[in-house]
Amino acid sequence: MLAIDICTSLGEFELEVTTKIPLDGITGILGPSGSGKTTLLRVLAGFEPAEGRIIVDDEVWLDTKSKTEIAPHRRSLGYMFQDTRLFDHLSVAANLEYASSRTLSEIKKIVVDDVVDAFDLSPLLKRRPAELSGGEKQRVALARTLLTNPRFLVLDEPLSALDEQRRSDILPYIDTMASQFQVPALYVSHAVGEVAHIARRILALSNGRVQANGPTNEILERLDLLDVTGRFEAGSVVEATVIDHVERHRLTRLIIDGQTLTMPMEPGLAPGDQIRLRVRARDVALALIRPESISIRNILDATIVDLFHGPGSPYVEALVEFQKQRLRARITLASVEDLSLAVGMHVFVLIKSVTFESSLA
Amino acid sequence: MNNLAAIWLTVQLATVTTCILLFFGTALAWWLSRTKSRTKPIIEAVTALPLVLPPTVLGFYLLIIMSPDNAIGSFWVHLTGSTLTFSFAGLVVASVIYSLPFMVQPLQNAFETVGSEPLEAAASLRASPLNAFFTVAMPLSARGFLTAIVLTFAHTVGEFGVVLMVGGNIPGETRVISIAIYEHVETLQYAAAHSLSLALLGFSFVVLLAVYTLNRRFPIRIR
Repeated sequence: MLAIDICTSLGEFELEVTTKIPLDGITGILGPSGSGKTTLLRVLAGFEPAEGRIIVDDEVWLDTKSKTEIAPHRRSLGYMFQDTRLFDHLSVAANLEYASSRTLSEIKKIVVDDVVDAFDLSPLLKRRPAELSGGEKQRVALARTLLTNPRFLVLDEPLSALDEQRRSDILPYIDTMASQFQVPALYVSHAVGEVAHIARRILALSNGRVQANGPTNEILERLDLLDVTGRFEAGSVVEATVIDHVERHRLTRLIIDGQTLTMPMEPGLAPGDQIRLRVRARDVALALIRPESISIRNILDATIVDLFHGPGSPYVEALVEFQKQRLRARITLASVEDLSLAVGMHVFVLIKSVTFESSLA
Repeated sequence: MNNLAAIWLTVQLATVTTCILLFFGTALAWWLSRTKSRTKPIIEAVTALPLVLPPTVLGFYLLIIMSPDNAIGSFWVHLTGSTLTFSFAGLVVASVIYSLPFMVQPLQNAFETVGSEPLEAAASLRASPLNAFFTVAMPLSARGFLTAIVLTFAHTVGEFGVVLMVGGNIPGETRVISIAIYEHVETLQYAAAHSLSLALLGFSFVVLLAVYTLNRRFPIRIR
């Protein structure tokens, strides 16, 4: 458990964070730029002074009341910087060795060979950082950070410098980091998609304050967090089970809360697999009667559990529930009035497109 | 023979001065590149003073400070039995002060160029601040070190005014190349003056050519 109760100011900006984060799996730290995400990480690492307390498990890293402050190099935290900060004067192998050789042998569970295998680094070992591509640098930096065998990792927008293609190349490695090496991580991003994909929990920051802290699904469903999550591709993450593939139509059939759904075929999946799906709010429409003669194939029964209208917006964010799982829909205010939509009403949910996110182990 | 003694003495003086400055100059440059203290501009100005002061002014004050009539000078006599003025030790002290900016400024520039980012990375990889200095900051500043060492050595070789004021002209003790040349000219031994001058000219040109070829990133400046 990471217990944070700190405040600090940088010029005009004030960061005031009081929260507890369980240290298992990946916790996404989400918020618009300037919300204090990076500052929070820097305070945790000891690079930025702050008032208050930081306690990791039973270890006090900072307690300004008792004048306790652990030096950055004694904090068991792995920091993956946005700009990787590989040492230009050392080869890739020497960069990895730099971290590994400074780790106490009694806590050394992850060794150089492990990360070289897991992150496919063997062709890069003799190169200098200047000779690596952006994606390769990120892989080396992630591996180097892991070699300190930290209690937890912090990743500061590791993908922000990469293009779309590179991002999807790196994401599996970040999954590897969490699953194979079992190192908990705080993953800072302003991209909801990334965080929804990999994070179990989300800490939403806005203006230097914690807005919410909870399981990913709940946070993405929260309609009052739109200034944090809604600026981006607002949507929901739902869990489903694979039924089978319909080869002829190149579709995969799924079951979600007892109802059938189809998505573009993912040949890697097998019947019975548990998966996560992402559905963008703007791809979801609502109807009062089951539409017929329509191209949309995914039509499900649900109940409206929440409606939220931001002042001045033409849209209403609706939250609908199947049996247990919930989905966000972005519909117009005009539709809500025309159809007299209200909380508790039974509706048909029309889902235009579904994106496969990840398999659940 | 006379000339060889002067050259040997000069090389000794420049080497000792450079070694001492490599230690103190690095520490001072590191502090200047990292500190947020308000005294920083004052220390920087004091460090740069030898660049603008006439060597005679610096030499004059050093002569007074080192004189056995004053605390430091008499302490030295008490310690070693000989005076600091008109001795090799006195020349070293004077050269260290006179050449200080030539060591500090390129290093400070280099350290500022390295910045805090690689050092934070080193700390996150469990390197202590001292360890991070030796394993990250120093290698990344290698060119700055090269510039600083070469300039300090060359500048010490070329000094005249301070040496004359503090050390005088004692063969084998304080008569360095520049003093020897002066001596030759005074006694109208132009041939001897020529050979030493030409050697110094060649040396200085080669050194500067080396520095400018290797890098122009860490210039000397007065600010």
